Amino acid sequence: MSFLSFLISGISLGSIYAIMALGYTMVYGIAKMLNFAHGDVIMIGSFVVYYAVTGAGIPAPAAVLISVVVCTFLGIAIEKVAYKPLRRAASLAVLITAIGVSYLLQNLALLFFGADPKIFPNVITLPALNLFGGQLVIAGTTVMSIVANILIMIFLMLFIKKTKQGQAMLAVSEDKDAAMLCGINVNGTISLTFAIGSGLAAIAGVLLCSQYNQLTPYTGSLPGIKAFTAAVFGGIGSIPGAFFGGLLLGVIEILSSAYISSQLANAIVFAVLIIVLLVKPSGLFGRPMREKV
Amino acid sequence: MNTLLEVENLNVYYGVIQAIKNVSFTVGEGEVIALIGSNGAGKTTTLQTITGMLTPASGRIIFRGEDVTKVPGHKLVEMGISHVPEGRRVFSQLSVYENLKLGSFTRNNKSEIESSIKRVYRSFPRLEERKNQLAGTLSGGEQQMLAMGRALMSVPIIMLMDEPSMGLSPILVQEIFHIIEEIKRGGTTVLLVEQNANKALQIADRAYVLETGSIVKEGKASELLNDEAVRKAYLAS
Ligand SMILES: Nc1ncnc2c1ncn2[C@@H]1O[C@H](COP(=O)(O)OP(=O)(O)O)[C@@H](O)[C@H]1O
Ligand SMILES: [Mg+2]
Repeated sequence: MSFLSFLISGISLGSIYAIMALGYTMVYGIAKMLNFAHGDVIMIGSFVVYYAVTGAGIPAPAAVLISVVVCTFLGIAIEKVAYKPLRRAASLAVLITAIGVSYLLQNLALLFFGADPKIFPNVITLPALNLFGGQLVIAGTTVMSIVANILIMIFLMLFIKKTKQGQAMLAVSEDKDAAMLCGINVNGTISLTFAIGSGLAAIAGVLLCSQYNQLTPYTGSLPGIKAFTAAVFGGIGSIPGAFFGGLLLGVIEILSSAYISSQLANAIVFAVLIIVLLVKPSGLFGRPMREKV
Repeated sequence: MNTLLEVENLNVYYGVIQAIKNVSFTVGEGEVIALIGSNGAGKTTTLQTITGMLTPASGRIIFRGEDVTKVPGHKLVEMGISHVPEGRRVFSQLSVYENLKLGSFTRNNKSEIESSIKRVYRSFPRLEERKNQLAGTLSGGEQQMLAMGRALMSVPIIMLMDEPSMGLSPILVQEIFHIIEEIKRGGTTVLLVEQNANKALQIADRAYVLETGSIVKEGKASELLNDEAVRKAYLAS
């Protein structure tokens, strides 16, 4: 029974990685850039929930909603101020800017929220599931993470397949000029992508902090890198790739720390990534990259 | 005849290299205008500047009497300018049908869009046969048809076409030029860029000859077809 319980923990953690990975993969797909600051948007979103609930006494669902709105606008603002002016710049310049934005957000959080860890309030009040006569207990947070991930994936797939804006995103991600010649507002579509990715970051932040109960300005940092890894694992730019990449990463991490060594868990995660990329450089679901000229 | 599109003293640079030098020309309503010239003359640059893919250093682009030089490219599509780009640029990861749907992005009436798609399928029956296939799996000729079909989906007033016959077999070239004639008969104005000057001059009303970024000759297409210098430079075959 303990294996099953580890597996479920892995899927739960992996679901959070998957939701975060979506932000990386969608932005990469459309803007061909690694938004290094995505993990820190997650952290800011968590602080919004923290202060809304503990400071202002706002009910948890409303606090999460506020956080989604704040993160959405934060994402749009970061894109407008930091990345849009670099649309035609070398990718290295964009990457360095993104790292800069990441540190800026962390330092702003340090300045305004302080370095001391905050105890994250209990915002997910879903009761635990008792299975097999109490032999397997699944926490409410775990159930919520898995359900949220599945719902978000279904919603996004439908959005992209069925709506005009979704199709515009695909068009822009493949060929910006050709998209423009179809009458698509390319800048608007890129903004929308950042908005969706960042809005999802708020949800990922709540799930992440509910899992670990702790919040610091660095909370988004390592999970952000792991979620990026998950996106690469699944095939950067691919939404199903983010889903399965995230789940696999979570499961590998939890199982290795349970059965091999908790100190080595991260090393094992990255070793698996390296092996996957050696065998299939475009990731599990990635299409072979067509280099743009 | 009313002037539909007017290009006035256009200058375009790539960095420090000037690709277009003081180019001016007009396109009248309902005309087919050919823009011919050898490789590197600046034909693609001219079209890309008109549709907002490039920004000119100076000069004006006037469409239906309105200065559209600074209008963003996606808005020009809404205004009625459509561009079949060089190299087709179809969305290879999307189906033929999805590509056509994207061509109608500026329109909202669903049933009208569906009937436009039907019209494209009538002009290009092969696209209907392959409507669920990914565009990337089409042959070069089919991709060219898709690019033209996609451009038609915005119901343009003027269509800019950049070397639609490039790399196609003689039969397909024939087919593409038939479609261009059909588009003209439908009342759509055409600005056609071609290296295949012979064919282009046969269906055009007037033509401009571009050489290293400048217009060196203009006139009735039928006259240019018989012009000694033009024959020597562009029709040598
Ligand atoms: N992206 C670019 N960067 C620099 N120079 C370019 C670029 N595109 C075209 N050119 C140059 O501009 C000139 C005109 O090119 P182009 O408009 O593509 O000609 P055409 O379509 O008539 O073959 C050529 O000398 C070409 O080398
Ligand atoms: Mg060209």
